Amino acid sequence: MLAGIVRRVGRRLLASLPALLGVVVVTFTLMRVLPGDPAVFFASGPSAGREEIEELRHSMGLDKPIPVQLVRYLGEIVRGDFGRSMTTGQRVVQDIRNRLPASLELTVTALFIALLLSLPLGMVAALRPGSMVDHAVRLLCTLGVCMPTFVSGLLLIYAFYYLLGWAPDPTARIDIFASPPPDITGFYLIDFAITGDSEGWWAAFRQLLLPAVTMALFVLAPLARMTRASMLAVLGSDFIRTAHAMGLSRFRVIVTYALRNALLPVLTIMGIVFSTMLGANVLVEKVFSWPGVASYALDALLASDYAPVQAFVLLMAAIFVLVNVIIDILYGIADPRVSVA
Amino acid sequence: MSVVSFLSSRHAGIGRHVLYVLRSNPVTAVAAVGAAALLFIALFGPLMVPYDPLASDVPIALQAPSAEHWAGTDQLGRDILSRLLWATRLDLAIALSAVGLSFAVGAVIGGFCGYVGGRLDRWVGRFVDVLMAFPLFVLAMAMVAALGNRVENIVVATAVINLPFYIRFARAEVNVRRNAGWVEASRACGDSHLSVVLRVLLPNVLPAMAVQISLNLGWAILNAAGLSFIGLGVTPPTPEWGIMVAEGARFITTGKWWLVSFPGIGLMLTVLCFNLLGDGLRDILDPNMRT
Amino acid sequence: MTDSPLLEVEKLQVAFSTRHGVVEALHGVDLALTAGETLGVVGESGSGKSVTSLAVMRLLDRAGRITGGRVLFRSRDISRAAPADLRALRGSVISMIFQNPRAALNPIRTVEQQIVDVLSAHGRLEAGAGRRQALDLLRAVLIRDPEARLSAYPHELSGGMCQRIMIAMAIACEPALLIADEPTTGLDVTTQQTVMELLSRLQKERGMAVILITHDLGLAARWCNRIVVMEAGRVVEQGETGALFKEPAHAYTRRLVAASPTRHSTLADLAPDAPPVVPVRREHKPGTPPLLELVRIVKSFGGPSRAVDDVSFRIPPGGALGLVGESGSGKSTLSRMVCRLLDPDDGDIVFEGESIARVPAREFHKSPRRGDIQIVFQDPNDSLNPRYTAFDSIAHPLRRLEKLRDGAVLATRVRDAANRAGLPLDLLERFPHQLSGGQKARVGIARAIAPRPKLMILDEPTAALDVSVQAVILQLLDRLRREEGIGLLFVSHDLNVVRMLCEDLVVLRAGEIVEAGPSRDIFQKPQRAYTRALLDAVPYFDPQRLMRPQALSA
Repeated sequence: MLAGIVRRVGRRLLASLPALLGVVVVTFTLMRVLPGDPAVFFASGPSAGREEIEELRHSMGLDKPIPVQLVRYLGEIVRGDFGRSMTTGQRVVQDIRNRLPASLELTVTALFIALLLSLPLGMVAALRPGSMVDHAVRLLCTLGVCMPTFVSGLLLIYAFYYLLGWAPDPTARIDIFASPPPDITGFYLIDFAITGDSEGWWAAFRQLLLPAVTMALFVLAPLARMTRASMLAVLGSDFIRTAHAMGLSRFRVIVTYALRNALLPVLTIMGIVFSTMLGANVLVEKVFSWPGVASYALDALLASDYAPVQAFVLLMAAIFVLVNVIIDILYGIADPRVSVA
Repeated sequence: MSVVSFLSSRHAGIGRHVLYVLRSNPVTAVAAVGAAALLFIALFGPLMVPYDPLASDVPIALQAPSAEHWAGTDQLGRDILSRLLWATRLDLAIALSAVGLSFAVGAVIGGFCGYVGGRLDRWVGRFVDVLMAFPLFVLAMAMVAALGNRVENIVVATAVINLPFYIRFARAEVNVRRNAGWVEASRACGDSHLSVVLRVLLPNVLPAMAVQISLNLGWAILNAAGLSFIGLGVTPPTPEWGIMVAEGARFITTGKWWLVSFPGIGLMLTVLCFNLLGDGLRDILDPNMRT
Repeated sequence: MTDSPLLEVEKLQVAFSTRHGVVEALHGVDLALTAGETLGVVGESGSGKSVTSLAVMRLLDRAGRITGGRVLFRSRDISRAAPADLRALRGSVISMIFQNPRAALNPIRTVEQQIVDVLSAHGRLEAGAGRRQALDLLRAVLIRDPEARLSAYPHELSGGMCQRIMIAMAIACEPALLIADEPTTGLDVTTQQTVMELLSRLQKERGMAVILITHDLGLAARWCNRIVVMEAGRVVEQGETGALFKEPAHAYTRRLVAASPTRHSTLADLAPDAPPVVPVRREHKPGTPPLLELVRIVKSFGGPSRAVDDVSFRIPPGGALGLVGESGSGKSTLSRMVCRLLDPDDGDIVFEGESIARVPAREFHKSPRRGDIQIVFQDPNDSLNPRYTAFDSIAHPLRRLEKLRDGAVLATRVRDAANRAGLPLDLLERFPHQLSGGQKARVGIARAIAPRPKLMILDEPTAALDVSVQAVILQLLDRLRREEGIGLLFVSHDLNVVRMLCEDLVVLRAGEIVEAGPSRDIFQKPQRAYTRALLDAVPYFDPQRLMRPQALSA
């Protein structure tokens, strides 16, 4: 069984390589269509002479044909060389390493909150069709899909920060007067927990809550809707009728028989959900001034600093492919009808 | 029954069916009215605005909603309601063109992939996988970076992001019906493969797609607004819902809620209308609902 | 054995709330069952036979309710019992097995887990002995190699195997009553027989009472002591099997009995009310090539064995040939190849002396021969485009093949085809979901005959239809052949039907011809063992010479 799983993981990773390659090629193509001459940007200054620019262009390989540039680009990526950011002056890889944990912490917390709320809501709505709960859930889903993330984030700030004063100032990961934890993993909640600093943990959590809830709201509606629909479909299926006919207990029918089957389609949409969240990162980080990779890339884009944008796009796509592989593997374990191959 | 009366009764039948759906489903009727109102505003909004959306009047900046300015004024003293109405046209235009483009191209490609299968299907599938690996905003940022910060590029970026969805959907729907008896019967009745896909299968898939198109419109509007919120595509001083929210974001922490709320409500209501309309469209187009 | 009935259903009324209002499904059903007895509940679709059993078990879906009457089990009213009491009854005292067994089992739980679930739900699971108990049950239902089956999932097993497992689960707690709702529908004829024999044996061993719900009179006649006949939510007649079928009292029962094919019935027997066929004599000059000739057809789909292996036969002009076989025999593949929807790998198809296999399937729609060969499909629900009205469906071949446009000519041709197919003209504007099964079948036939074909391929056209409707459709097909001279290639697993309609017969198994020849000869003197087994497995309905079920034990 374990050998089968390992084989499956290997095969899936191999199968995702073409997708990753495609992602790299697409990113490269997009970046080469850029207006303007990158060599000019990296030159010493606006007064740089022609020879300097030509020399720079030659050393950057911009005078070679496109396929050669692509190969060179691939080599750079493999070495981890994503260039240097003009605005921060540091290597892009360094910047991203500094800022990625903030984005991931936000996304994972949001996903956790979303699942915690949407799965039970969808389940209960399916178990009591036509009831108040069902109508409420369906209303919530209908409205939830309509509300833009950035508006809900701002309105949450208005309600919980300005009106109620419960939320802290929405401008950073941690209060300016408090100090961040030692950089072990980069995830504040984990780092505070490791060092046993409960006060710091709570401060970080309070800062994290509002942006995470904003992002969670965004995916709450589709998740709840999918759970409800899937649960309804399963509850009406033949094998549930058999389970009732065999006199199985209510718990066993709902949880062991119905829920496990109903969660399978929900698992398949996790990939898309995660992808949407990665995209929504850009909006939420902007609204809450969250110091993550998305705001880093966005600031770079607006300042015409393209190296960070390139790395960001590649990174997001790679994360997505990886998450999909994981989901694929999990699904293969959960559903015996999917062949091992 | 003569042929003429038979043909005219068919058209009357469709009209009667539409009315039946609207009557039995008040929510759809409300949504239809809402969508019609939006289209009206999009077309005639600029003629109806009480104030010039671009005219600044700094002394009256940041005023709360009042009798003169129903939605208040923004940081440059411009009337928010006028800007809101004016922006409807732009936002709807972006959404409609993006969705229309991706639907037309995606449905045909997906339909053929679902029908023919084989190598075409595999290669298109790989292309779609690569495209879907890029989260929307990320790809939009990349495309804008590459092609320039213009409205047309927003439309193209949204259309491209949407494409995989329609391709997959059309492919799945066609695939499910592909082996049905009536599709084989079409072949026996003289349809070529091309004819089966274009004239028999795709029209049959239409009801399922209609709901998706309507949902997509709402989604496209949200995306266009989101992109301009972060500064891509539409630039100030053009009135656009996303930009209005971006400009108003600075003032939310000081309690000036109206700059963000009214465009936000506008967005929400628009998307809501299109979403609800989608369900109604499915009922109208699905022959199984006809009585 | 006590005298009081095990189960009594008194004036049971059930209603469903639907989109169009409340629909009454049962209008006061009365029936009774004593311990150890086998009761057959027969009826066509819509008769309410399944609803009755679901109501007894209180398994109606959310929209259904018992609105009147009661159900007594061992003199206790279970129609108003509390959910906890019902759960204690279900699966342990009263069990039920369903149609479509693979879908009725949990797809993500192993066989062992599902059996153990039933045992533990009723406190019958002995500590540490779950596996042994499961194995015992699998052996009781005659599954060979039960150890291997324990860890299998439903999708890995055949339909017959899944049904046996469901039976194992149903008898796990030694119920007093087993309700079997169409347990063998959809299974191959030989599998059907083994399942029914198993049920019969289990019943005798355990003294169980059985209610067998079926639309197949032959099945009911063979295995049941008493019969209840239902129509439109009511019981129209009930009584002891032999007496009821030999001399049915109610008009509906009589019609049902008449429409059920027996070993010797003819089409005329089946539908006595239909207008008689007036055959048209067609003289064929000597030397006329056969209408259809298959020459050594081979087709493989890449698997270890061929789907069709070296098949040859011929159909004379205006003739009828039956292609018989169980699932996997290759008969559907053959029919698709003859209809030129699929290309053979090797061999030739000759139509009226002209080779049509040379034209590839993707080009055949352009061939002038396209209109000469038409096909009618098995599942009327699946064979009509749901967005087309009946008119559109029938007009489709005329629009494509004869390039007719909307107008008087097209309308006349469509009406003409509808008339020949016995479809009332006022149904032409309806959509498929507004038509009954029999009406849809007629639309499919009208569509096939509209371009005036010379050969009609019928792919199990009556398999999904009620017996009385089937009788009428078969008559129609026979008339079309005799009056219009259309050749028929009839593909089916139902030997009865093939015998009545077709002069010649080809028996297929795993892609190869087992036996071929005039149907009468094959039926009277089957040469091969497989053919004999097939013939024996068909539950013939023989009201004149009914034997008691006990005497039929194989």
